[in-house]
Amino acid sequence: MPVEFCGIELEHPIVNASGTYDALAARRVFGDAFERNFPFSAYVSKTITLDPRAGNPPPRLWELGQGMINSIGLPNKGLVRFVEEDLSEYATLPAPLIVSVMGFSVDELIAILEALDGRDEIAALELNFSCPNVKTGNIVGSDPVECEAMMTQLRAHSDKPMIAKLAPSTSRPDLVAMAAESAGADAVSLINTLPGMAFAPGTSRPWLGAGSGGISGPAVRAVALGQVVRVSTSVRIPVIGMGGVENSRDAQQLLDAGARLVAVGTENFRDPAAGNRISAGLAQPAESAANPD
Amino acid sequence: MSVVARPQAPFGRRIVHVTDRRVAGPYVALTARDRGGPAPLAGQFYMLMTPTTWGGGADGRPYLPRALSFARAVSTADGIALDFLFEGVGPGTDRLMEVGVGDELLIAGPFGNGFALDGERWPVLVAGGIGLAPIVALEDELRELDGVRATTFVGMRSIDHASAAGLYELEHELATEDGSAGHQGYVTDLVKAHLEEHAESTVYACGPAAMLEAVRVLCAELGVPSQLAMESGMACGFGACYGCVVPTKDGFTRLCVDGPVLDGSQLDTALISGAPH
Ligand SMILES: Cc1cc2nc3c(=O)[nH]c(=O)nc-3n(C[C@H](O)[C@H](O)[C@H](O)COP(=O)(O)OP(=O)(O)OC[C@H]3O[C@@H](n4cnc5c(N)ncnc54)[C@H](O)[C@@H]3O)c2cc1C
Ligand SMILES: Cc1cc2nc3c(=O)[nH]c(=O)nc-3n(C[C@H](O)[C@H](O)[C@H](O)COP(=O)(O)O)c2cc1C
Ligand code: FES
Repeated sequence: MPVEFCGIELEHPIVNASGTYDALAARRVFGDAFERNFPFSAYVSKTITLDPRAGNPPPRLWELGQGMINSIGLPNKGLVRFVEEDLSEYATLPAPLIVSVMGFSVDELIAILEALDGRDEIAALELNFSCPNVKTGNIVGSDPVECEAMMTQLRAHSDKPMIAKLAPSTSRPDLVAMAAESAGADAVSLINTLPGMAFAPGTSRPWLGAGSGGISGPAVRAVALGQVVRVSTSVRIPVIGMGGVENSRDAQQLLDAGARLVAVGTENFRDPAAGNRISAGLAQPAESAANPD
Repeated sequence: MSVVARPQAPFGRRIVHVTDRRVAGPYVALTARDRGGPAPLAGQFYMLMTPTTWGGGADGRPYLPRALSFARAVSTADGIALDFLFEGVGPGTDRLMEVGVGDELLIAGPFGNGFALDGERWPVLVAGGIGLAPIVALEDELRELDGVRATTFVGMRSIDHASAAGLYELEHELATEDGSAGHQGYVTDLVKAHLEEHAESTVYACGPAAMLEAVRVLCAELGVPSQLAMESGMACGFGACYGCVVPTKDGFTRLCVDGPVLDGSQLDTALISGAPH
């Protein structure tokens, strides 16, 4: 099921969610078999930032009955080492590369976009907007005004297709998506993790090293479906839907809701080949949907 | 130090059938027939779950697969007979306790680095509680090497727990906390006495964080190299989630790909917050 996304031809609609698959680590762990059976039609990198980040102190994971809460904290090498050490390696993966970026200010993001703009290894950029505006405290990806202002300033600094990744803590993701579209975004992706926390067993102290974290997995699937429906019916640009996808039936529902692509996140942790299983399941006739892969 | 290439894990997960189940005190040993994977190195681990009813225990968990070291791997004409040894400490291991002969497991791996054998020095193996699993595997690996004499120390809460070592006919010196067998006290008492006599040793250890920390400090004081098989909460086991990091002298390290065996000299402490035990 080939699909066109922002001018890129993709073999099928299944990609990975940012931060849930380190393809370079997987290539070391699984070897050639990983590249021969590459699970995604496009590969989305972990979010990179201008400066290197160590990430949050452990523990970083809390398991739920239907998902998990993470406080990973965007560990990454920073822009310079990403470009020098990793970009050429990513370029050898058998799928187009989408680089996820985040900035703690417009200037940081502009610096990242300008450094990446000329790099042919990169097919598109995903802007992780789950970050507060330092001045107002509002999350860019859940506030239409912030989002439009940010997107407008960024648009002039890159010719690459730009995907605005929305933050789910809003009752009107449609308004945020429309703001991104009118300011020049080529696509939107949603949902990112929902904020949450857990107490350490037998205490009323936070378990996670960062105090709180983001909820993902089947626990957020209904939120994802609701928001994807709302956004898809409000914008003309393509939508990448994600949140709790475990099998091809879940993926098909997001496609039916109007998504052009579906991203698999937390399910990769349970099954390194979840992407292969889900894209193969989508290609099957509908009768087999009762027992989805 | 010999650097052996890591066996390559098959991509994805696979079904294995359980062929044997034994009980030793609070521990269960499951043997599973792995027809798809390579022979693993001692200290490597697998991610396990059951194909059905994985979930619905305490808090609706488990959801994620569980990391388990293998305790023994025997190559046969029909794949590798893999042993897993564990204790029910929560919904994941409780569910695995219910698995019987003929049942299926979904596994991925082998993952991680495994112990790096130092052929020049006297191997001293130290196991605490369920940390016995990779120590049995290492003892097996050493026995294959001609002329290597190893000394193994095992610490358990009681004689009941110590019966797990009997499952594998492990030659060892025992310490129990309650004194019901062997030396009464901590296994590190035995290790200390040995190392004070034999500084030409290398220690390979797995056990609770407090034991690993005692071993690390002892070895650092005596100038003895130590390799510590550590634990942290894991979601994926193959480097995808960045959830399993532990603090080292080089910053946060993913235990699933750069461990679980870390050199004691890489650590300021082996006490990891949020470690499973
Ligand atoms: C490399 C490696 C090898 C291992 N090898 C073995 C082995 O051979 N044998 C063996 O028995 N064990 C082994 N373990 C430990 C084993 O993986 C854990 O004990 C297991 O994951 C526990 O799962 P559970 O559901 O039974 O218990 P859990 O309920 O997950 O409890 C275990 C610990 O996790 C924490 N915890 C409690 N609730 C949660 C939650 N909701 N989310 C996150 N953390 C929580 C607490 O600290 C608790 O003490 C290994 C671990 C690693 C990393
Ligand atoms: C461990 C983990 C790390 C993540 N890291 C990132 C990240 O770096 N950038 C980002 O935009 N989203 C990140 N996410 C969010 C996912 O990309 C995705 O939006 C979310 O998890 C919902 O999908 P899922 O339920 O299929 O996991 C992360 C999620 C998890 C679970
Ligand atoms: S367990 Fe996921 S990165 Fe180590």
